[in-house]
Amino acid sequence: MIQVLFFGQLKDQVKMPSVKVEEAATSVGELKKTLGVMHPQWQHYLTNDSILVAVNKTIGNDQTVLSDGDEVAFFPPVTGG
Amino acid sequence: MQDVIEVQTEDFNQGALYDALRQDSLANGAIVTFSGLVRDFNQGHEVGDLFLEHYPAMTKASLLNIVTAARARWHFGKIILIHRVGRLAQGEQIVFVGLTSAHRKDAFDGVQFIMDYLKTEAPFWKKESTSEGDKWVAANVSDTQARLRWDKQDEM
Repeated sequence: MIQVLFFGQLKDQVKMPSVKVEEAATSVGELKKTLGVMHPQWQHYLTNDSILVAVNKTIGNDQTVLSDGDEVAFFPPVTGG
Repeated sequence: MQDVIEVQTEDFNQGALYDALRQDSLANGAIVTFSGLVRDFNQGHEVGDLFLEHYPAMTKASLLNIVTAARARWHFGKIILIHRVGRLAQGEQIVFVGLTSAHRKDAFDGVQFIMDYLKTEAPFWKKESTSEGDKWVAANVSDTQARLRWDKQDEM
């Protein structure tokens, strides 16, 4: 199981703060495809080039390897400060 | 020389933080501080309140990474970095960064470096209440360029 979190505007676009994915995904790119199959309306947002990803609280990318129990967060560019 | 890194809803007292920096070693004769406030105008529209969302499990670690990266480039005494989250009104304080150093230039550069990285890597997102409804703030290209200048300096 992979715990997926959404933040910022992306959370509003996918209309939920988090989702659990039971299917195995070996990488962030694979996970995006799985989420796109589960929720076709999300594909447009998740494939946006500006979307960032953190795996277990560390910034990653589509190639970052995933394993069972990981926490994956997707979010738009940050705007703190 | 313990650094202070906090993510909090409460306001902070800039004077007290400055005094804490002054308690640092007398070998560090330079103090530079920066405070960021909520503006009343942004990206072409008037702004009311601001809501600052963050990724609680990651935020503090991200700020710690930025402070660690700054320490790898310059020699500092004490560093204080505070970022607020939640609902903030116009004019309220959002962020404070202050540090001590033996040298003025290192102190100025260090504060700029920390802010440049904070604005591009720390997981905070601003949502503004405007006359046209709530709006998520878009990231600024200039913030990314400001951060990239530190990479360029590495290459020189």
